[in-house]
Amino acid sequence: MEKVSIIDGVVAPLDRSNVDTDAIIPKQFLKSIKRTGFGVNLFDEWRYLDHGEPGMDCSNRPLNKEFVLNQTQYKKAQILLTRSNFGCGSSREHAPWAIVDYGFKAILASSYADIFYNNCFKNGLLPIVLSEEIIQQLFLLLKEQPNFNLKIDLENQMIHGASELSIPFELDSYRKYCLINGLDEIGQTLKYGNSIDDFELKHKKNFPWLFTELEV
Amino acid sequence: MQGKTLYDKLWNIHLVRSDENGSDLLYIDRQLIHEVTSPQAFAGLKMNQRHPRRPSASLAVADHNIPTKDREKGIDNPISALQIQTLEENCKEFKIPYISMEDHRQGIVHVIGPEQGATLPGMTIVCGDSHTATHGALGALAFGIGTSEVEHVLATQCLVQKKMKNMLIRVDGKLQEWVTAKDVVLTIIAKIGTAGGTGYTIEFAGEAISDMSVEERMTVCNMAIEAGARAGLIAVDQKTINYMKDKPFAPKRDDWESAEVFWETLKSDADALFDKTITFNANDIQPQVTWGTSPELSINIYDKIPKRNPEYSNALTYMGLSEDTSISDYLLDKIFIGSCTNSRIEDLRDAAKVVQGKTIADTIKLAMVVPGSGLVKEQAELEGLDKIFIAAGFEWRDPGCSMCLAMNADRLDDGERCASTSNRNFEGRQGQGGRTHLVSPVMAAAAAINGHFVDIRETN
Ligand code: SF4
Repeated sequence: MEKVSIIDGVVAPLDRSNVDTDAIIPKQFLKSIKRTGFGVNLFDEWRYLDHGEPGMDCSNRPLNKEFVLNQTQYKKAQILLTRSNFGCGSSREHAPWAIVDYGFKAILASSYADIFYNNCFKNGLLPIVLSEEIIQQLFLLLKEQPNFNLKIDLENQMIHGASELSIPFELDSYRKYCLINGLDEIGQTLKYGNSIDDFELKHKKNFPWLFTELEV
Repeated sequence: MQGKTLYDKLWNIHLVRSDENGSDLLYIDRQLIHEVTSPQAFAGLKMNQRHPRRPSASLAVADHNIPTKDREKGIDNPISALQIQTLEENCKEFKIPYISMEDHRQGIVHVIGPEQGATLPGMTIVCGDSHTATHGALGALAFGIGTSEVEHVLATQCLVQKKMKNMLIRVDGKLQEWVTAKDVVLTIIAKIGTAGGTGYTIEFAGEAISDMSVEERMTVCNMAIEAGARAGLIAVDQKTINYMKDKPFAPKRDDWESAEVFWETLKSDADALFDKTITFNANDIQPQVTWGTSPELSINIYDKIPKRNPEYSNALTYMGLSEDTSISDYLLDKIFIGSCTNSRIEDLRDAAKVVQGKTIADTIKLAMVVPGSGLVKEQAELEGLDKIFIAAGFEWRDPGCSMCLAMNADRLDDGERCASTSNRNFEGRQGQGGRTHLVSPVMAAAAAINGHFVDIRETN
C-alpha cells in the first residue's frame, strides 16, 4: 500500500448527509472482479444523465452539469467535503475503491458509517472526522471561494488552509501508523501466528463443535 | 465484579490478543462468502502467495446476481456469469465448501447460514455483507466486513477490531395482532435514526423480543445495520436451542450436550452495564411503511407523509410523493416479497394467509415471491403456499437476492413504485429511478391485493 503523509489538494463539496454506498457506486458496477477502474463510475447516478452499465465508455456519456464533480474546478479534487453518516449502507469496499480510483485521498465529514470507515484505511484513504460546526464553516468558505486547497498533515494531525486556517483532527494511532508506513494489515497479523495457533488450540478444546468440517 | 453483556462475553471468548492502542485481534469462527465481495479478496491472497488458514471454516454460495427464473438456461449477463464462475473456481482452488447454484440448498447467504447450522450460537461470524447482523439473532457475534477484511480472515482466521459500545434496546409488552418483527425494527430505526447505532452493538431484549420466533428475531437483527450498528444480538433461550436441533451442521451427540450448556450462558448478566438503553412499548408499535429514501423515513400506515423540510425535499421529490398526503393514496406498480430480511418460511406463510383466495389488483404490473433458499422453497411447496401465491397472481421464483438490490434481471423501472419486504430504500437500490417502500410481508401482501397500501388490521 502507498504511504500517506501529506495530502495537498482541491476540496470538492458534496453537500448531503447520509450519502449511501449505493450512491457512491451503484450495484451494477459490483459485478467486476477487479479492484480498479471504478473511478469513472463514482456517484454514477448523480454524475451522468443516462444509465451507466459496466464496460461503457464514460467519456461520451451525457453529464449532469449540476453535479459537483462535473464542475471544472473540482475535476481533479483530492479532498471530499461532505456531511454526516457518509458511506452508510452496504459493506462494499467498491465504495472506497471508487473514491480512491477517482483520485481522492481524504474525506472530511462529521461522521461515517462504521464499515465504510474501516474500509477506507485498507485502501490508503483518510477519512477525517470533524465537528459539524467546522464542516459547516468549510462549506461556507467554499461558497465564498469555490476553489481552495487544503493541506492535510497526517503526521501532526493538522489540516492547513489559506489565511491561517488550521484544524486539528483525531485519529487512532494504529491506523495512523499503518497509513504512514503503508503497512499491509494481513502481514501485521501474520506476525502473531503463534498467538493465533495457541488460541486456536485452546478454542478447539473448549468448543470442538466449532471446528466441524463443513462437507457440502 | 460488574456483570457482562452478551457482547462482552462473546468478545472475550474470541479474543486472541489486545494491543496498547485498544485494537484487538479477534478469532473468527465462521466466514460466509458470496460472489460480489470475494473475488478481489481471493486475488489478493494469490498475489501475496497466501492461503486460507482454515478453508472449511468458510461457506460460500452465490446469491446476489443469480437469476430467479429459467435458471437452467444459465446466466445471460456475461459479467454476472463471470463473477459466479470466479467464485466457483476460487472455492475449488482453495478448497472452500461451496453450495452451487444447482444445489437445492442454495439461497441467500444469511438464510442458509442458520438453516444449515453453519452459523451457531456463540460463534463469531463475518461476511462481506452488511446484513451479516442477521445471525446475531442466534446469540452469535456477527457483522459485515469489507473485501480487504474478507482476505484478512481467509489468511489469518482473525480480524483486527476495536470493540464497540453496548446498547440495549428493550421492547416491552406485547405486539398487536398483525404487527410484525419488521414493524418493530422499522419503528426502532425511525426513532434512533440510521446513525443511531453507529459505534454500538445493539442487544435487543424485552418481552416482545422473547415472544418472537427465531426467524422473527432474524428480521430484527438483520436491520440493526440500518440503524448504524454493525451487529445486533439477541440472547439465547430455549427457542434458539430448539431451532438449532435438527440443523445439518449443528453439533451432534456429546457435542450437542456440551454446546447446549455453553449456549445457555449466552445472555447478558442481570447487572451488566450498557452504555445506552432505549425502551419501546410494543403495544404502541403500528404497521410501518417507509416513504423516503432512507430506512429511518418511516411512518405508521395511517399517518400523513411528513411536511417538507429541507432535509426531506430530495426524498419526497425522488419518491414522487406530496407532503401531508396518505401513503395509501398512491398506486403501486410492483410487489416484492423476499430478501434476507423477510424470505423465510414464516414470512411466506404469513403473506400467504393474507392473499389466500384473493387476487392481486389489476394495476399491479408484477408481484413476486422469492423464497430465501431452496429449502424454504421446498417447504413452502410442501405446504401448498406456492399454489396460493400463483392463484392470486404472484410469480413464484427461485431463491436469491433478486430485487432487493437488482443485480440480476429483477428490478424496478424508472419511476415505478414498489412495496418491498427488503431492507433498503436508497435511491436506485431496486433499479434506477425505482421507488421503494419497505414493509412487512403481510403489509406487502395486502398492498398487492388492494393495489395500494392499506392498514392490514382493517382489511383482515
Ligand atoms: S437479500 Fe438484499 S440485503 Fe440481503 S444479502 Fe441479498 S442483497 Fe444483501
